[in-house]
Amino acid sequence: MRGWKYAVLLLLAGMLLLPGTLFAQGTKLKVGFVYIGPIGDDGWTFSHDQGRKYLERTLPYVETTFAESVAEADVERVMEEMIRRGVKVIFATSFGYMDAVLKVAARHPDVIFEHATGFKRAKNVGTYMGKLEEPFYLAGLVAGRMSKKGDIGFVAPVPIPEVIRIINAFTVGVRETNPKAKVRVVWVNNWFDPAHEREAAQSLLNVGVDLLAHYQDSAATVQLAAQNNVYVVGANFDQSRFGPKVHLTAAVWNWGPLYVEIVKRVRAGTWKSEDILWGMKEGIVALAPLGPMVPSDVRQLVERRKQEIISGKRLVFTGPLKDQSGKVRIPAGKAMRIEELMGMDWFVEGVVGQIPKK
Amino acid sequence: MDLGALVVPVLAAAVRAGTPVLYATLGEIFAERSGVLNLGVEGMMLVGALVAFVVTHTTGSPWLGVSAALLAGGLLSLIHGLLAITLRANQVASGLALTIFGTGLSGFLGKRYIGVPAESFRPLPLPVLGELPFVGPVLFRQDVLVYLTYLLVPLAAWMLYRTRWGLNIRAVGEHPEAADAMGVDVGRVRYACVTLGGMLAGVGGAYLSTAYTAMWIENMTAGRGWIAVALVIFATWDPLRAMAGAYLFGGVNALQLHVQAMGSTLPTYLLLMTPYLFTIVVLILATRETARKRIGAPAALSIPYTRSG
Repeated sequence: MRGWKYAVLLLLAGMLLLPGTLFAQGTKLKVGFVYIGPIGDDGWTFSHDQGRKYLERTLPYVETTFAESVAEADVERVMEEMIRRGVKVIFATSFGYMDAVLKVAARHPDVIFEHATGFKRAKNVGTYMGKLEEPFYLAGLVAGRMSKKGDIGFVAPVPIPEVIRIINAFTVGVRETNPKAKVRVVWVNNWFDPAHEREAAQSLLNVGVDLLAHYQDSAATVQLAAQNNVYVVGANFDQSRFGPKVHLTAAVWNWGPLYVEIVKRVRAGTWKSEDILWGMKEGIVALAPLGPMVPSDVRQLVERRKQEIISGKRLVFTGPLKDQSGKVRIPAGKAMRIEELMGMDWFVEGVVGQIPKK
Repeated sequence: MDLGALVVPVLAAAVRAGTPVLYATLGEIFAERSGVLNLGVEGMMLVGALVAFVVTHTTGSPWLGVSAALLAGGLLSLIHGLLAITLRANQVASGLALTIFGTGLSGFLGKRYIGVPAESFRPLPLPVLGELPFVGPVLFRQDVLVYLTYLLVPLAAWMLYRTRWGLNIRAVGEHPEAADAMGVDVGRVRYACVTLGGMLAGVGGAYLSTAYTAMWIENMTAGRGWIAVALVIFATWDPLRAMAGAYLFGGVNALQLHVQAMGSTLPTYLLLMTPYLFTIVVLILATRETARKRIGAPAALSIPYTRSG
């Protein structure tokens, strides 16, 4: 009798284990995403999650999993947990995850890590980022033409090189179509606080700007612009639904193609650790459709510049580039080096406002 | 442009930015006056913001949205009431749990409503009053929910200090045994105050999603519930001082932004620090004054009441 019991127990245990083993031997490649914010932030994290969904739609052999609102202190544990569940590729989408990624990667040489916005790599850790400054430059061309007073406001999140680069690129575009224009910067000092963002935009309107732009994780600036009937340039997504009559365009993220490419390389065994910096050419960033109020000569100019950027004939930051004091920082005919771009800590001529300095 | 021309817009911004915090602070004053500390303000505001947005989006009426937020905030606070009053649980733990619950619940239920536009309250300049110099643009060219606080604050003060209800609330918060002996139902008064607090927190949240901005985004209160809890102390549990505190909070923030927008050469880090520096200074001053005048927290604050023997 006793033997029977064991046999039944073994059989039951076997039945429990069986689907698990079958599953593990299945052909699905498990890919994990770690997010700093909620997928509902309507900004950075949302854009990565759209990329994740695109990846799952495009490659049938991929199964994705994600963890949202992961604090830096928790990320090591979250990644270990993912690996325990069989995840073979991890996308860590916040700068602050850098050291934890390297630590976990060293313990799991068979897992591949991709770290967004970071600069430290290892054998199984690559880094990636997109050049949002390219569409922001094009948006600047539009803004320069559409602002009557040449007084433009920019609601800015936090003073890091990425944001400074974007404000500079936007200003370069603005000054190309309106050489006398200025771009006023107000720091919200937060990626995400809709009420405070709105107040920052309002303060810019109060000092007299007649066009707004922003790089926040909410559409509060666009809404305020719509209420005041002032033209606006959106960020992260096409935000025209928040102000169809005033939304000129937006600089938008499109991570999907990059995620597909990386996972394809992993699958094919051709993946290697590198720093991927993609732009409009590869389709990781784009300019949202121009609003109906944008005249055709501006449309043509934007299209021309876009093609020049895509073909590599034009770089956003080429000399002569002056800083706010009028000093030439990049001489005529010279382009900025990648390290200079990645560490950009000065505003170009035409920007009104300061970068908080230590 | 000089700073003088910006006084009016900065003050108008102060009132606007202070209003959501003011609603929540008023509510928390009632809860704490009756002896119940509710740290769930942030959670109740978030649920209020979501419910108001969803109802406004579905019905097209921000008024219905705010009414729904009022109900939702009230209902949510009943959880705290049940735990803290009936079951005599630790109020700090129960309140924190409510905030965590409200944050999670609103985030989960709100996923479908991200990036969806909706109707909102618009500024409604009042006739005559709105035309007054200085006070007109500062106070009377706001939206209806702002005007409502102009009535609500004096009403709350009158109720607390001049009515029998107010006396009962304060008695329950200071000395529940004595109040009980006088025939006041301690539990009922506390439930009423906590529910009122939840309702007002809900409206404060609704202000963010249907008046300040017309959108729902996870965590959109960005810590304003906690500022409300701190303002209660700054206001020494007094509605009129809560109004002053809320506007100060809004004003310092707005001033800092306007100085930046003007292209000032003041160090930006200093500007970004001002709201926090200001909070510390004001808190020190307020505490010194309360110590001098011997005004403190309600004596029975955060102590569950058990009828003895």
